[in-house]
Amino acid sequence: MIPSLPQSKFSTRLYAAYITLFFIYLGAPLIVVGVFAFNDSLFPSMPWNGVTLDWFIGTEAPRLGVFNDSQLLESIGFSAFVAVCVTTLAVFVGTCNAFLFERHSFPGKNILYMFALMPLVIPGVILGISILIFTNSIANGVEDSLGWDLEILRPGLFIVIMGQFAFVTTITTLVISARLRKFDNSLEEAALNLGATKWEAVQTITLPFLKPAMIGAGIISFLMSFENFNTTLMLVGSDSPLTITMFDRLKQGSTPALNAVSLMLMIVSGALALFAVFVQRDKSNNEG
Amino acid sequence: MSSAEIAVSGTEQRSVIPTLKLGTFLLMLPLLLWLLLLIILPHVDLLIVSLREVLGYREYAFSLQNYAEFFTEPLYWNTFVRTAVMSILATIITLIVGFPVSYYIAKVMKGRKRNLLFIMCLIPFWVSELVRTFGWMILLRESGVLSSFIQWIGLVDGPVEFLYTDATLMVGLVYTSMLFMVVPLVSVLDTLDDSLIEAAYDLGGNTVSILREIVIPHAMPGIASGCIVVFMLTLGNYLTPTLLGGKDSLWFTEQIYNQFITRFNWESGSAFGFLLLFLSSAIVFVGLKLSRQTLADTVK
Repeated sequence: MIPSLPQSKFSTRLYAAYITLFFIYLGAPLIVVGVFAFNDSLFPSMPWNGVTLDWFIGTEAPRLGVFNDSQLLESIGFSAFVAVCVTTLAVFVGTCNAFLFERHSFPGKNILYMFALMPLVIPGVILGISILIFTNSIANGVEDSLGWDLEILRPGLFIVIMGQFAFVTTITTLVISARLRKFDNSLEEAALNLGATKWEAVQTITLPFLKPAMIGAGIISFLMSFENFNTTLMLVGSDSPLTITMFDRLKQGSTPALNAVSLMLMIVSGALALFAVFVQRDKSNNEG
Repeated sequence: MSSAEIAVSGTEQRSVIPTLKLGTFLLMLPLLLWLLLLIILPHVDLLIVSLREVLGYREYAFSLQNYAEFFTEPLYWNTFVRTAVMSILATIITLIVGFPVSYYIAKVMKGRKRNLLFIMCLIPFWVSELVRTFGWMILLRESGVLSSFIQWIGLVDGPVEFLYTDATLMVGLVYTSMLFMVVPLVSVLDTLDDSLIEAAYDLGGNTVSILREIVIPHAMPGIASGCIVVFMLTLGNYLTPTLLGGKDSLWFTEQIYNQFITRFNWESGSAFGFLLLFLSSAIVFVGLKLSRQTLADTVK
């Protein structure tokens, strides 16, 4: 049960074997994706034909590497653009929400808080279709009454950003609120006593205190946006972000270039996630 | 943020009675815009569209036809029930697989090693779901790693296709949701005092009785929130059923996608979407009531 209790060697070993198997289960899909990025074959499948770097740097059509595949590179660009917009918006609104829910009292607070949590229980596909319908209704309404064709509200990157922002904001609100809850209000009061205005006090005392949480929330937002599939699928127009491009290729059957791009995605998101964990840990050390 | 937005802060706000001040309202504006424009109105619109019938170009009438279609067409109805049953099954399997792992991380491992194991659990889930599913495809397809391996050790003569079965679908679904079970379980098991287990042991308890009477009752809040999150995610999953389950996977989100994108029938697609939302909320509500938790608790 726990190490301080006597137990048979057999059951301890059996337990350890189960845990090992579990981690093999966790790791296996990721490892094969990475390994097959180097397979010298036109398909990401057995047999193993030896090592090649063609799927990263190849220049000719059947062996087109990621770095020369303009379609993949372009979709990475779209994804990055969407993720930066979503992150900026979500961290800003999340910070406002954190101050609102932690510092202010107003009628209907609990109901609003419940609504703010709702995106967590809405499946991504449903969120996608509801935003698709709503933006389409507005665009049609404007077209009928004013005669303007609002291209921005038709499927495309703008409504993808809106769709992702809609659920990512809940996460940033929760992360930043949790940090603000630990803030010692007397620090801000001290600043006010020393002659700072409210805004100066928040800017010089409270916001720097919130910075680790804002960075952490920003990284989480960026990753969630970059890797989102369900909501994006419903809202995407002709400019496909990376996950949509990869999905289309996956359905058609693809060269190991897809493995190469996946491997890079894994390394970057793994590094960012570790950094986010590091930022969070730093936070708890500061508080002692 | 302007100075007006933070006008109410510090000591002042604890004494004020809940009335709406200008500063509070300005700070509330982004929240209201977000919730109204991106959450509430779109779902109201979804409901409206699901309750109408197309008469001609942009000409509609109120009708329950889309819901009637769902209940009279066995394919839709069966897919709905199948998705719900498979999601519940996936949730149970995730719990059974994840519980011993969480217990190992929280109670058996200590210090550095424990943190390392925990982070190893988390890292795979920062990788896109698409990449993980792609990995399973490489492992399980006819020309894949597993098929080659069992041919190599001489278990079978020809290649074997493991993809596109319900079992494969289940493996993928459990894999995708594992994190959301392990994290709440580890955090709830962390709060269980070792001395309680030792005391139970001293009083003559064995592994089974200690688990049943000490560990599981203590872990119940974590089990509940893990199960709720996993169930919701599985129900709303689109990628795993499409890629691992193949054409016959019959997942309800695929029906919604088909109505919307392939058949361009937004009215019945909306009705399906609303039904899925209703099923998901209903089961989450029942789960929260049974475990005596609130949504806000589940988030923490």
